[in-house]
Amino acid sequence: MADTTTLAPPAATENSLLSIRHVRQAYAKGSGADLLVLDDINLELKSNEILGLLGRSGSGKSSLLRIIAGLSRPVSGQVQWRGAPMTGPSDGIAMVFQSFALFPWLTVLENVEIGLEPLGVPAAERRSRSIAAIDLIGLDGYESAYPKELSGGMRQRVGFARALVVHPELLLMDEPFSALDVLTAETLRTDLVELWHEKKLPLSSILLVTHNIEEAVLMCDRIIIFAANPGRIAHEIKVALPHPRDRTAPAFRQLVDDIYGRMTNPTDPKFKAEQPTPDVAASAGVRMGLESISTNLLAGFMEALAKPPFNGKADLPELGEDLQMEIDELFPIAESLQLLRFAEVAHGDIKLTDSGRHFVEAESDVRKRLFGQALLGHVPIVALIRRVLDERPSHTAPYRRFSEELEDVMSEEYAEETLDAAINWGRYAELFAYDEQAGVFSLENPE
Amino acid sequence: MTTFHPSLIMRRPWRFAPSIWDTAIFALVIGGLTLIALGGRQTLQPLAHNPAITLDPMALPNYALRTTMRMLAAMACSLVFTFVYGAVAVKSRRAEMVLIPLLDILQSVPVFGFMAFTMTFFLGLFPGQVFGAELASIFLIFTAQAWNMTFSFYQSLKTVPRDLSDVSDSLRLGPWRRFWLLEVPFAAPGLIWNAMMSMSGAWFFVVASEAVTVGNVSFTLPGVGSYVGLAIDQRNLGAIGWAILVMGLVILAYDQLLFRPLVAWSEKFAVELSSGQAPPPQSWLLDFIQRAQLARRLWMPFAKMAGAFTRIHIGGPRRPPERLVQAWSSKWVDGGWLALLALVGLYAGFRVVIYIHGEVGPLEALGVVGLGMLTLLRVLALIALASLIWVPIGVMVGLNPVWAERVQPVAQFMAAFPNNLFFPIAVVGIVHFHLAPDIWLSPLMILGTQWYILFNVIAGATAFPNDLREAATSFGVKGFAWWRKVMLPGIFPYFVTGAITASGGSWNASVLAEVVTWGNTKLTAHGLGAFIADATTRGDFPRVVLGVGVMSVFVVLFNRLLWRPLFNYASRRLRMD
Repeated sequence: MADTTTLAPPAATENSLLSIRHVRQAYAKGSGADLLVLDDINLELKSNEILGLLGRSGSGKSSLLRIIAGLSRPVSGQVQWRGAPMTGPSDGIAMVFQSFALFPWLTVLENVEIGLEPLGVPAAERRSRSIAAIDLIGLDGYESAYPKELSGGMRQRVGFARALVVHPELLLMDEPFSALDVLTAETLRTDLVELWHEKKLPLSSILLVTHNIEEAVLMCDRIIIFAANPGRIAHEIKVALPHPRDRTAPAFRQLVDDIYGRMTNPTDPKFKAEQPTPDVAASAGVRMGLESISTNLLAGFMEALAKPPFNGKADLPELGEDLQMEIDELFPIAESLQLLRFAEVAHGDIKLTDSGRHFVEAESDVRKRLFGQALLGHVPIVALIRRVLDERPSHTAPYRRFSEELEDVMSEEYAEETLDAAINWGRYAELFAYDEQAGVFSLENPE
Repeated sequence: MTTFHPSLIMRRPWRFAPSIWDTAIFALVIGGLTLIALGGRQTLQPLAHNPAITLDPMALPNYALRTTMRMLAAMACSLVFTFVYGAVAVKSRRAEMVLIPLLDILQSVPVFGFMAFTMTFFLGLFPGQVFGAELASIFLIFTAQAWNMTFSFYQSLKTVPRDLSDVSDSLRLGPWRRFWLLEVPFAAPGLIWNAMMSMSGAWFFVVASEAVTVGNVSFTLPGVGSYVGLAIDQRNLGAIGWAILVMGLVILAYDQLLFRPLVAWSEKFAVELSSGQAPPPQSWLLDFIQRAQLARRLWMPFAKMAGAFTRIHIGGPRRPPERLVQAWSSKWVDGGWLALLALVGLYAGFRVVIYIHGEVGPLEALGVVGLGMLTLLRVLALIALASLIWVPIGVMVGLNPVWAERVQPVAQFMAAFPNNLFFPIAVVGIVHFHLAPDIWLSPLMILGTQWYILFNVIAGATAFPNDLREAATSFGVKGFAWWRKVMLPGIFPYFVTGAITASGGSWNASVLAEVVTWGNTKLTAHGLGAFIADATTRGDFPRVVLGVGVMSVFVVLFNRLLWRPLFNYASRRLRMD
């Protein structure tokens, strides 16, 4: 089935649990060719390791996890679980969800028990195993509570108990801590790592999907970094630090810096698509997707960057920590600023440009004008909207006029987000008006 | 149900301390079973031996029991129908293409239209037995209940949260277990609410379906409706008073023993994990049951049985080869399916036209459309009038928590009450004062349905955010501006929901309200409802088909052109979240 003449996949070793060869995944799009989300993924998962899949949103890491969980099938390529081709949700694989995915109408105990039902475990054993799992994960006393009565952290513990009760060999975790607050997430992480190293978890391996670089370095033995558009593997990093890991240790910091650097390396062709350096932006034209980030956030970010201790230049990990942002927030902001040429991003550093500084120092009206100039100069879709409005005698244009053009080159969702960003930014800069009800752009600007 | 707490049972020693609650619950259960057995035995008697209806008030409790049992039987049928129809519509894309538009049409066919067509069929199933007539009556009630329940269920199935769906797949629950563990519970709050609304609306039809004449076939079933029918024939206002009293008690019992406990219980299935602003509905009976030890024990075997039922392992069919799946889901097969549907539709339409054309000329058909316009005019005018009256009152009541708490149950009670019991009183009044039936019969159409507007507006005003009200006060927004900018937009989505229900109910009621009798006196208002009612009584099927068809078209157009755009606007622009 798979083409073996291309890139040699890693050889299957004897302790390999899961092997993925030449997997491609694509989703049907409204018009034209399918949208490729995963391209030629090769991956080997061994026993006794925690493997991290690190990437930003849209890099296909969650799509890959769904394939491994048996929830979706790749359009081509092979997935082998314990040496046999995978055809759907399989024995020995359990999953923990970002949103916890608990049944609100079942108690904690019932939520944990349902995992055992399809396996044909007798009722009495279901009960005792579930109670054991609940105790292990630190929830004893909550058996008869409903999820509504629990805090987020407690709910995710139920999610863990439900996954662990089936004694899986492989535990899949889809950003399991990202819906929790910082302190709760940290407690849950350390509890989990502790249980893992004390060999108390009935597990062989863990696969963790995350967009949190520190989380990956804290927990994983091996990290695979994904690049986006289409999703593919960019780097693989071994983490040899001993447990328990200290976030402040120089080696830890250095590794985190290294990963930030790799993910923002302007000369790395794999990350080229997501780094709007001037020449990339110029060649992309209106194909350049935008992420809808509020202008307040952009302005606040630049102000924080301009102030001490950064004074216009910052290390992304430090800035992220200072602003309490993970890379799925941090990178899109940094890239938007880079696109507008208010900042330059390279090798894990971000630096305000002169026009960025100018913006920070300006008054509200001047800021709007500067932002408008940057939009017209460097964001082709905004420039296009404005040009069309200027050229048409009516000075109006329907939403469809632009969404259809974008949908030729990107998914409907992405096109919608891109236009959303264009509308928000254009409105802020008073370049055009938009009537959401009618779906019409116009030049009228109610003064 | 909170009565099923496995962990509690396991941890605590088995405690058997019957409380005062237990005695009451026990009596309720045994009493209920006895009544069901009593009522059931009577239905198997032959039609000829069916005792004639008497106007003795002492007979009324038995009649009320029979009426209620019909209602519950129809509800059971509606539930089964909903589960099957909704599930099929969601699982198969091609079935969905047919089933959902079909449901939309069925919903707009006047309930009594079904009666005319199916009565002979059901009577023929069990010739000479009461059971056939019972089935016909139950079917009629079913047609008044099922459609909106099915819609609600279908819409819930369409919006099952992705993560819960994924976790069910990942745990390999299988389609059967998944249905009972995920899909039905997720749909439960909406389904229960709609079922309760359906039952409210259906009391009207239960009462009307007990004494029916289609051409030369007629039946009378013992029940409150036929009791009232006889009272009308004999011009006995006192008996009608008794019937109203008994029906009032039945509705009260329905509200307290079924509606409230079920709605309060269904809160448990709400998916939003955080508790909302509005306090959850309360029911003394539910608290009662949950407190009673014995009730819990009694319930356990049923809960276990239900659990076992939903755990039955039904292996799905083996997945067919990928090629076959692809071929089956190709556009060509879609095209073929659509072509087949179009052909069947054309043929059916052709047959209907031929059938009607044999009896009815085009001019008369046009006249029927004119009658439809008359009824449409009535519905519109009445909805406008009812809105003018009830919106301000509803807002005033809703903004005062104490009042809202007192008035809301009354409004819901009035919506459920079969207001056709009041029709004779209106007729007496119209005859006495020599009023024009064309105008004065009209209010009967909205007598029962106006309450939907009232209690939805109350609900809207109650849910209106307090901070917005305070903001309006602090900026000095008053008078007309307050209504136009603050309150009306705030309650609009609720109002539209109520008005849609009210207008649908009014169309249905027109079949009963445009022709009213009192002894030998017969009042008729000109309209489509009267046309259908007359044709049905005469057994003139081509005209029944024509009338029902025209009314369905009117209702569908009315919904598409007025209510749906309003509803979409309300849900897009005026939502409070």
